[in-house]
Amino acid sequence: MIPANFNYHKATTLKEAIALSQELGEEAKYMSGGHSLLPMMKLRFATPEHIIDISKINGLSYIKEEGDLLKIGALTTQSELEHNDLLKKSYPIFGDAVWLTADPSVRNFGTIGGNIAHGDAANDQPALMLALRATIIAEGVDGKKSISIDDFFHGFYMTALEFGDILTEIQIPKTKKNSGGAYHKVERKVGDYATAGVAVHVELDDDGICQEIGIGLTNVSAVPMRLERGEEILRGKKITDDLIEQLGVIASEDCEPESDLRGSEAYKRSIVNTITKRMLNKALERARK
Amino acid sequence: MFKCKTSPEVGGMGHSVKRKEDARFLHGKGKYTDDVKLPGMLHMVIVRSPYAYAKILSINKEKALAIDGVLAVITGEDLAQYNLHWMPTLLSDSQMVLPTDTVMHQSQEVCAVIATDRYIAVDGAEAVDVQYEPMKAIVNPFKALDEDAPLLRPDKEGQKDNHIYHWERGEREKTDAAIAAADVVVKERIHLPRIHVASIETCGVVASYDKDTEKMLIYLTSQAPHAIRTILALVAGHVGLSEEKIRIIAPDIGGGFGGKVPVYPGYVIAIAASFLIGKPVKWIEDRSENLVNGFARDYHMDCELAATKDGKIQAFKVSTLADHGYTDSSANPSKYPTGMFSICTGSYDYEHAFAELDAVYTNKAPGGVAYRCSFRVTEAVHAIERMVDKLAAEIGKDPAQLRFENFIKKEDFPYASPLGWSYDSGDYKQTLEKAMDMIGYADYKKEQAEKRAQGKLMGIGICTFTEVVGAGPSKDFDILGIKMFDSAEIRVHPTGKALARFGTKSQGQGHETTYAQILAEELGIPYTDIEIDEGDTDTAPYGLGTYASRSTPTAGAAAAIAARKLRDKGKKIAAHLLEVSEEDIEWEVGKYFVKGAPEKSKTIQDVAFAAYTNFPEGMEPGFEATHYYDPPNLTFPNGAYICVVEVEEETGAIDVKRFVAIDDCGNIINPMIVEGQIHGGLTQGIAPAMYEGIVYDDEGNVLNGTLMDYLVPTAVESPHWETGHTITPSPHHPLGAKGVAESPTVGAPPAIANAIIDALYPLGIKHLDIPITPDKVWDAIQVAKAKA
Repeated sequence: MIPANFNYHKATTLKEAIALSQELGEEAKYMSGGHSLLPMMKLRFATPEHIIDISKINGLSYIKEEGDLLKIGALTTQSELEHNDLLKKSYPIFGDAVWLTADPSVRNFGTIGGNIAHGDAANDQPALMLALRATIIAEGVDGKKSISIDDFFHGFYMTALEFGDILTEIQIPKTKKNSGGAYHKVERKVGDYATAGVAVHVELDDDGICQEIGIGLTNVSAVPMRLERGEEILRGKKITDDLIEQLGVIASEDCEPESDLRGSEAYKRSIVNTITKRMLNKALERARK
Repeated sequence: MFKCKTSPEVGGMGHSVKRKEDARFLHGKGKYTDDVKLPGMLHMVIVRSPYAYAKILSINKEKALAIDGVLAVITGEDLAQYNLHWMPTLLSDSQMVLPTDTVMHQSQEVCAVIATDRYIAVDGAEAVDVQYEPMKAIVNPFKALDEDAPLLRPDKEGQKDNHIYHWERGEREKTDAAIAAADVVVKERIHLPRIHVASIETCGVVASYDKDTEKMLIYLTSQAPHAIRTILALVAGHVGLSEEKIRIIAPDIGGGFGGKVPVYPGYVIAIAASFLIGKPVKWIEDRSENLVNGFARDYHMDCELAATKDGKIQAFKVSTLADHGYTDSSANPSKYPTGMFSICTGSYDYEHAFAELDAVYTNKAPGGVAYRCSFRVTEAVHAIERMVDKLAAEIGKDPAQLRFENFIKKEDFPYASPLGWSYDSGDYKQTLEKAMDMIGYADYKKEQAEKRAQGKLMGIGICTFTEVVGAGPSKDFDILGIKMFDSAEIRVHPTGKALARFGTKSQGQGHETTYAQILAEELGIPYTDIEIDEGDTDTAPYGLGTYASRSTPTAGAAAAIAARKLRDKGKKIAAHLLEVSEEDIEWEVGKYFVKGAPEKSKTIQDVAFAAYTNFPEGMEPGFEATHYYDPPNLTFPNGAYICVVEVEEETGAIDVKRFVAIDDCGNIINPMIVEGQIHGGLTQGIAPAMYEGIVYDDEGNVLNGTLMDYLVPTAVESPHWETGHTITPSPHHPLGAKGVAESPTVGAPPAIANAIIDALYPLGIKHLDIPITPDKVWDAIQVAKAKA
C-alpha cells in the first residue's frame, strides 16, 4: 500500500499546470482530489512518474447560474455540491448523488471535475452529467474547448480529454420550471460503488408533456451510458404508467452489466429496471412541484 | 437480579464504571506494536505469491539488492540452512515459514526484503523477480478427495491423499436408528464460508536480538504471549533461543478476535532476521496482506434433525467437511481438533446425537483461525438453530413454541448433553420469554400474517443458543501439552494501592477495568487504586491468553481466589492489630472488624500497611498473592435473540426492522462493558449473516481482498441493537460469572438468517447460506418463481 516513487509538482495556475504537463511529458498525471488516483498508485496499478497537483489552482471552485447555464468549477468538491444552497433548491439530483458517493472524508477532497475526468463508469457524476445534458469545458495547449457530454466518454478510463487538457468547468442548462431530476444507486454497503445507478432529469410543459428528458446509468456498462432509446419513447409524450413500465424494460434491455461480486447480470438488469422507474417517478414528482 | 455490594467509588461488581484504559485510547495515546521504534531498527516487507499453487522456478534477488537501503532478501533456502523454513502448527501439522520449492495458496509468503525503511523495503519487494510454474489448484474441498486430485502435501510422511483427519463424537448407530424411525426428518447442507477477522490493527512484530546478552526481545500483536514464547523456545531452541532469553511484550492491541492467536510466518521471519543480522527488525502487515491470510469457519455441514410429528426433537446428526487450506493451523485445544463443535446439540433436551467431521487440504490459506467463535461454536449453533427453524416450518409450528417444548429445563442443570458436555446453568424459558416480551412477538406474528395476506415478505427469526467458553479444565484442555489454566498475581503496596498482573491479554475487552473491579469487589480497594498489567512474559504470571471468551472464566476467577488468599492473610494481621483472636474477626467489603464490636475495625489499607510495617511475629512480610486457576468446568452462557426483517421482492433488499438480544452470562462485572461487547459482537454477527465472506475463483484467487469488496458493515448497516439480560449465575465460577464476548457473534447470524428465510418461505425458499445478500435473495426468488 505504498506507491512507487514519483515526483510531485504543484501548480497554482492553469497555465502553469498545462506548461508543466508539456515539460514533463506523458508520464505526468494531473491530480485534483486524488481519491481515485492515489488508491490506484498505492496498489501500484498506476505508476506515474510525475504528479501535477492542480487542487490549489485558484478560481476553479464555484457553483453559479449565468444566463441560461448552471456553471460548476471543476475543483468544486463533492461536499461543496452537497451543501450548496442553489443546488439544494433547484438541482436536488446533486444531493441525491453526493450523499451516496463514498464517505464524508472522501467527499471533502474529491472534486466533480476529477469524478468526471477519471472516465470511470462506476463513478456517480458521469450519469448525472448525461442526464443533465452537460457540456464539459476543458483547457489545454491549444486553448479552451467545449465538449458535449455525449462525446466525452470514450472507454474504460478514457475520455475526450487529450494530453495536457484540464477539465475546468461543467455547464448545465439552467433548470426550468416544471423540471426535476433524481438519482439513486443500489450499493452493497455505505460508500460502495454502485451495483447499478440511474440518473433521470425531466422537463415538462404546462400540460405535463415531456419536453426534454435525460437518463444516465452508472456502472452497468464499460462506459458511462445514456439511455437514448428510453429517452425517445418519452420525449413529446404525456408520461403514463404504461410508458414508465416500458421505460423500465428498455433500461434493463439496453444496459450492459456483467456478473461480478455485485451480483448476476440478470439481477443488475432487474435493478436497473426498478430504479429507472423509481427515479423517473421521483423526477416527475419534483418537476410537478 | 444482581445486587451491588460495593459503593460506586469502590466500583466492584455490577457498577458500570467507565473504562480505565479509554483515556489513552481516546487521546490517541495507545502504544501498539507499530508504535515501537528502536534504534537502528530495520523494516521487513514480504513478497507474496500471485498463484494459489505453483512451483517456484527461481527467485532473483539482484535488482532488489541493488536498491540503496535494501540489506537482504531472505528466502526459504536461506532459512533451510538453519532448519527454520518449516514450523509446526498447534495441532501437529506443519506450515512453511518460507517455501523452498512450492507455493500452496495465493498470497503465501515467498521471500522477505529487509531494508532501512519501509518505503525502500516495498520497492525492494517489487524488484524481486520470482519465476513460477502455475499448477492446477484444488479450490473446491469436495474435489480434494477425488482420485485424480493431486497430492497437496507429499512432504508429510505417510500422507496418501488430501484427507487430514476424521473426528466423531456420539453414537452413530443409535442416532441413525432414531432418525430412520422418526415421524419427521429435516435435512440441509449448510455452509459457513471463510470470513476475516478484520481487526483495525493488522498483525505485526518488532524483534530485537541482542548478541551480547543473547536476549531476544519481541513486541508482538499476540493474544497469547506466554504460550507463543514457549512455542518459540521449542521451535527455535536448536539455534540457541532459550525460553528464559525470550521476552515477549504484547503492547496495546487493536482488536484480536482470534486472528492474533496464531504464529504467522512473518513473525518467524522477522525474528530469524533479527537473530541473524543482530538488529531490530519490524514487520507490520498491510491491510491487504491481513485480509487474504487469516480466516475462520469454512465448514460444510450436512445436518439431519429428527422429531415426532408434533415437534419433540429426538435426534440430531451432522456430518461436516472442513476446508483447512494447505495446513491445519487451527488454534484449538489438543484434544479438540474441531474445537467445541460438539455443543451442536444446542439448548434442547433429546437423547441421540452424532457429529463427525472430515478435514481436507486445499490450495487456500492455512485453516482454522478463529473469528470470535469460541472454538467453532458459531458453526455448531448455526447448524442446530437453522435446523430447529426448518423443523418448525416443516411441521407448521411456531418456532418459539417448538423451542419451549424442547428446551432443557431450569431444574435439569447441570445437564449432561448427548455429546458429552455438562452444561452448568441456564433458564432458557425465561430468557426467550423476556426476548419475546421485549420485541412484542405476538404482535409481530399478527402483523406478519397480515403482510403475507397482502403478498409482502416479512420474517421473524429466533436463535436460542448455548455457548461453551472458558477453556478449560486441565483433565481435558491443553495446548501443546500446556494445561489451559490462567493466572493472577496481586501485590498490594504499603499505601493500600495495588498492582495486579495476569496471564491473559486484552485486545480491547477492557481488562484493566474489569479485573480491577473484581479485585475491588473482593478486597474493597477502589478499582481506581488498582493497576492492571498484562502481556509481558518477563513480568506477568504464565497464562494461556485471551481468546474464546476465556478471560473472565479463568483469569477473572484466579483474581477472585488470589484476592481471597490475601483476605485470609489480612484477617491474621487485623486480629494482630485489633488484639483479638482470628476467629473473632469478620469481613465486610473493605474492612475487618471485631465480631459484636463493629466500631473496632481496620480497613484493608490499614492491614496492607501493617503487612509491611507491623506484622505478627513469625508471619511472612508483604501483602501479595498469586493464583493459577484450573477451572472445574467450562461456563455455558446463553441467550435468546429475535430478529424481524422485511424483504422487498422486486429487488431482494433486506431491511432489519428490529433486533432484540437477551443474554445470560451469569453475574455481570461491568454492565456497560458487557453491553459494549454485545453491541460489537452483534455487528460482527450481522457481518457474516448479510455481508462478509471470502470469495475465491476457480484458480484459488481471492476476489475480495480489499475493504472495497470485503464488506465490513458500518454503523449505517447496523440496526438499532436492543439488548437485555437474564442472570443465571455459574455455580462453579467463584464470582458466578460466565464468558460473554462471543455470544452475540454466535447467536446473531442464525437469528438473522432464520428471519430472512422465514420472510421468503411463502415463495418456497427453505434455506439460504450466509451471507444472505440482496442479489442472492433476488436470484433465489427467480429460481423459486420458475419452479412454481
